[in-house]
Amino acid sequence: MILENIGLALQSLVANKMRALLTMLGIIIGIMSIIAIMIIGDALSATVSDELAMLGADNIMVGITERDPDNDEQDEFALMGSWSITGRRPTPEDLISDQMIEDMRHYFGEDILGIALSRTLANSVQVRDLELYANVHAIGANPDYFASGGGMMGMGNMILTDGRLIDNEDLAQNAMVAVVSDSLVARMFPDYVDPIGQQVRLFLHNSIEIYTIIGVYTIAQQSGFVQVGPPGHDNAPTNLYIPLTTASHGILHRDRWQSITIVAAPHRNVHDLTDEIQAFFDILYENNEFWRASSMNMASLLDTIAVMMSSISLAIAFIAGISLLVGGIGVMNIMLVSVTERTREIGTRKALGAKNYHIRFQFVIESLIVALCGGIIGMILGVVIGGLAANLFGVPLVISPGVIVGSMLFSMAIGVFFGIYPANRAAKLDPIEALRYE
Amino acid sequence: MLELTNIVKKYFIGEPNELTVLKGLNIKIAEGEFVAIVGQSGSGKSTLMNIMGALDRPTEGDYTLAGVEVAKMKDGQLSEIRNQKIGFVFQTFNLIPRTTALSNVALPLFYMGVSKRKRYKKAKELLKLVEMDDRMDHMPNELSGGQKQRVAIARSLINDPAIILADEPTGALDSKTGDLVMDIFTKINRQQKKTVIIITHNPELAQQTDRIITLSDGQIISDTPSPGGQSRENAGEASMHASRPDTAAEVCV
Repeated sequence: MILENIGLALQSLVANKMRALLTMLGIIIGIMSIIAIMIIGDALSATVSDELAMLGADNIMVGITERDPDNDEQDEFALMGSWSITGRRPTPEDLISDQMIEDMRHYFGEDILGIALSRTLANSVQVRDLELYANVHAIGANPDYFASGGGMMGMGNMILTDGRLIDNEDLAQNAMVAVVSDSLVARMFPDYVDPIGQQVRLFLHNSIEIYTIIGVYTIAQQSGFVQVGPPGHDNAPTNLYIPLTTASHGILHRDRWQSITIVAAPHRNVHDLTDEIQAFFDILYENNEFWRASSMNMASLLDTIAVMMSSISLAIAFIAGISLLVGGIGVMNIMLVSVTERTREIGTRKALGAKNYHIRFQFVIESLIVALCGGIIGMILGVVIGGLAANLFGVPLVISPGVIVGSMLFSMAIGVFFGIYPANRAAKLDPIEALRYE
Repeated sequence: MLELTNIVKKYFIGEPNELTVLKGLNIKIAEGEFVAIVGQSGSGKSTLMNIMGALDRPTEGDYTLAGVEVAKMKDGQLSEIRNQKIGFVFQTFNLIPRTTALSNVALPLFYMGVSKRKRYKKAKELLKLVEMDDRMDHMPNELSGGQKQRVAIARSLINDPAIILADEPTGALDSKTGDLVMDIFTKINRQQKKTVIIITHNPELAQQTDRIITLSDGQIISDTPSPGGQSRENAGEASMHASRPDTAAEVCV
């Protein structure tokens, strides 16, 4: 009986293709949006989590942020971009000092594996040798900087392919040595000579400095969404690392830092340590009227991103829900039309012995089939859109079976829910009236 | 087979416009009879048909069909009576659209819960009986009026009913096709020994049956053997002759 009713329902769908399609439109759009959002959301959060975690899940970043007089809770994103909302700039006294770092190291002892420090010597300058040149950002770094994976906003997954990294001895000697990218090597040494020990001329704004290459690194391939490493095109600037002390040479406040990155020891919970470091700096900045030091870690950033993503998803899901509601009402509407159109048929069926439940069942099944067809079309479109979006963002397409099954069940539930009222109306028709209906 | 006793049907009961459509009818129809119920519009014949067809309940009176008291049944039980004891033939054929002739014929058995194979086997036999077996896969809109009515007659027979109720079965057909349909009813009555009741306003049609019950203003004004029916019987189908006189005598007005 179920199978035959399904057959009948499909027949009447095929007989009224255009009407059926229009009826299903709301459900198609609703299911499509939900599936697409879920696929995109899943893919993005998976990728973002992976890539951010790669940047150092054990890293704790401490940076100077402006005090918000109205709000004690500091926005962690202030660390990632603008330092000041009011345009005020921190004075050297407001910055984190070497003394503070030493105190902190002393205070936390074994809990801290290292403290990454870096200072930009010059952005977008060139290394030149006659007609050969390469664009670089010249950055001073301490050995811990490499251990932290380049700090939180650093290089991502940097891999040393040749030579060595900068060590404490280089720092002590203010050595004129550099760790360069493989793409710089490719541009400057097209003849495949061993780059280690070669010299490069760094053209700064008003001087030329000569560095000896001690190491070559490469950036492991990443997907396109979170572009932490240098962009891939041929002559994009890459980072050229020199000893921190060399970069700080001649700088007035060389013991002051706008932000530092602390690498937590593996035995410590990063969240707890972040809170302890925050408490430590809160005491140091207690008397600073305008500035404070904020600490955060990658995990809390991930949480923030997750919250952001889920609220976006929720908003779109809400819209999709409205679309499904409208779709459901559309199904109900067309089922009511169908019941009216087929009044005589219903009368005939009753005269031939159909009981109320037979009629009710027939129309509920029909409504369910309409909604399910809409759901299937919507699901296919949703997967296509999700796939296109995943492709656009360069993230892998993840389709969880739960989403597919869930959305199919949901569209069936819509069909049943919105089909019951028309089906009841059909079932309750008086056979005499129905047979007489013109 | 079928006995209606003091059947009264009223509408708008207790309201100022209360209407008594049937005013105490008594009808007894024996198995194998071929009866016409005639009357003008508004005589109450449609209401009578609805009651006989278990589509409606009388306000007062008793109705026994094939030994079952039907008058006070609930809707669900009436459905079962219609499904098992009554075969309907309508003026407008009322085939289910977008459904093959074969499926249409088999439909009552579907509601009876008979297996698909058995339903279709029997439906094919009946389509053969009405000489429609070559069109069993046609949709109703691919059939002419006469063909549709033949399919409808096959459908009315599929549940092996106690009575076949035909409401103006030739009303939507031209006279030639109408004659053909009447021939089928006659054949069913004579060969299958089915009780056939035809409701019509057309006296000529009534002439082709064996017994004519005339209704006027909710009352039976005559109940006589049909002269045409007798002649048809005399023409060679004497088998039903025996039961004829006593049934007429049992009818009270």
